[in-house]
Amino acid sequence: MAPRKLILYVAGQTPKSLAAIANLERICAEHLPGQYDGEVIDLRKNPKLAREHSIVAIPTLVRELPVPLRKLIGDLSDTHKVLVNLSIGDGA
Amino acid sequence: MTTPQGISKSPTGIAGFDDLTLGGVPTGRPTLVCGSTGCGKTLFATTFLIHGARDFAEPGVFVTFEERPGDIVSNVASLGFALDQLVKDEKIAFEYVALDRSELEEAGDYDLEGLFLRLESAIDSIGAKRVVLDTIESLFSVFSNEAILRAEIRRLFDWLKDKGMTTVITAERGDGTLTRQGLEEYVSDCVILLDHRVQNQISTRRLRIVKYRGTAHGTNEYPFLLDEDGFSVLPVSTLGLDHKVFDERISSGIPDLDAMLAGGGFHRGSSILISGVAGSGKSSVAMNFAEAACTAGERALVFSFEESADQSVRNMKSLGVDIGRWIKSGKLHYIAKRPTFYSLEMHLAVMLREVIKFNPSIVVLDPISAFTESADRLEIQAMLLRVVDFLKGRGVTAIFTHLMHSQDGRRIETDAGLSSLMDAWILLLNREVGGEFNRELYLLKARGTAHSNQVREFIMSDEGIKLVPPYLGENGALTGTARKNEEARSRRTEVRRNAEVSRAQQQLQQKRRRAKAQMEALQAELDADEIELKAITDNETEYLRQAAVDKVDLERSRKS
Repeated sequence: MAPRKLILYVAGQTPKSLAAIANLERICAEHLPGQYDGEVIDLRKNPKLAREHSIVAIPTLVRELPVPLRKLIGDLSDTHKVLVNLSIGDGA
Repeated sequence: MTTPQGISKSPTGIAGFDDLTLGGVPTGRPTLVCGSTGCGKTLFATTFLIHGARDFAEPGVFVTFEERPGDIVSNVASLGFALDQLVKDEKIAFEYVALDRSELEEAGDYDLEGLFLRLESAIDSIGAKRVVLDTIESLFSVFSNEAILRAEIRRLFDWLKDKGMTTVITAERGDGTLTRQGLEEYVSDCVILLDHRVQNQISTRRLRIVKYRGTAHGTNEYPFLLDEDGFSVLPVSTLGLDHKVFDERISSGIPDLDAMLAGGGFHRGSSILISGVAGSGKSSVAMNFAEAACTAGERALVFSFEESADQSVRNMKSLGVDIGRWIKSGKLHYIAKRPTFYSLEMHLAVMLREVIKFNPSIVVLDPISAFTESADRLEIQAMLLRVVDFLKGRGVTAIFTHLMHSQDGRRIETDAGLSSLMDAWILLLNREVGGEFNRELYLLKARGTAHSNQVREFIMSDEGIKLVPPYLGENGALTGTARKNEEARSRRTEVRRNAEVSRAQQQLQQKRRRAKAQMEALQAELDADEIELKAITDNETEYLRQAAVDKVDLERSRKS
């Protein structure tokens, strides 16, 4: 299976960040079990990465792989939208 | 005017702008620069940042949402700003916020903390004091949740203020509003509007300070320039009449003209109008002034609205005046621009800037009438008034030429509207008499100087300009061939009269000689008569004596 990687950028322990982390975990567990490798990066601890990955909005979920790169911003409370953007078509 | 307490200002280094705002933009506060596309917002911001980093030891962060940093560097490289060097020296940091709508989806609540973090790290990395956000409105095209966006922008501005960043924010002009997204609501300290207007197909860039809290500022629109010197605002204000006056005289370069003025020339710092119809020699007279100044070791600045420098050099060469050498040596600065190149105001602004830059002792504007096609008379007069005031204030002699379309009395009166601004007025006429045009020069006015009231015939040749007193006869002043004819005629008359006199003299002498001869003849006759008479008398005496002797002899013989 092709490598699949999700990175969630947050900034500190803000309610939005915490909500996003919780929502992502829930969605991955419920709808996409075992499909993605997840990582959470706190930009407050490493602000340089924000520039490197051109992050403006917080929280931002980046689907690095498979290409094309997709960015999803917000606390991921809109499950449907998250799924639309993360779901992998058959054969991918 | 004094700056109120509490408002400190950061100079932008933009020529003119800092004067206008009495110091620059408010320190530690955001300034909004708005305007339509291509009006110079980014250049304003860039100049602000570069001058801060280079000249005022205030490093800056350039946050660009649209242009790539590389593009900005090469854009300002043509203006002589080595932006890349400043970046290398860590005096300026670019933060390129690339946003791509297509790869972004929104799923829930978010904020722009990422932008804050990036900005903060950029600020901290170089110890920035200045920040430019160009153009923050781009965010609106990427993020669809306007409520979040507005709250975040407000938070950003507050955050920048808390950090004490002197910030310039650029924004696109909206339809009927200052900015498309109403950013002026969030910036309460200083709002600057840049405008780019086209009127009569001539574009003018103008700058207006819409709002500047805590500072008295002019609400006028000020023209500004984007050219090889970068961004410069040209505060054009009318000066008072308190300029200094000079008693010193300057030469017009035409000795005959100087001789018409008591004291031998025009006053330094006076404004001189040379008006005349086409081909009456206005430009030549004006360029002679410039030549004279250069010869005297001073600098001359010529604004020509009709002739190129080369053309003028060639034309003056035909008068035996080589202005080319002054242009080469840098004493003469010749600027040729079509009147339609700028608007009137912009011309004025550019002229003032050039005068400040070159610092000449004499300025020639040739001709000011070139503007009459592009603007109305009142505007021109207002502009000239500013030029006159400005030059007077600097003690610069000003030469204006003015093309008259006709030279009958009425029209000259109309032009007097201009002439009242002038200290001296030279009128050149082209009069047709007996099938030829002759140039005439009148000195209509010369304030503070006794001057000849007489017309001079104006003769241009390869020996320069000569003024010849006209023939003043019973039939008025005559010039050209008429003058020559009249002079010849009077010479002929003179010869004839002389001949007549000498003939009469000869005749008289002859007559006298004749009379003398006659007198001599008569005398001779008289002398002859005298001799005759003497002979007769002698004979008579002899006879009488003989008779007496005979008588005695007779008597004696009778007695004896």
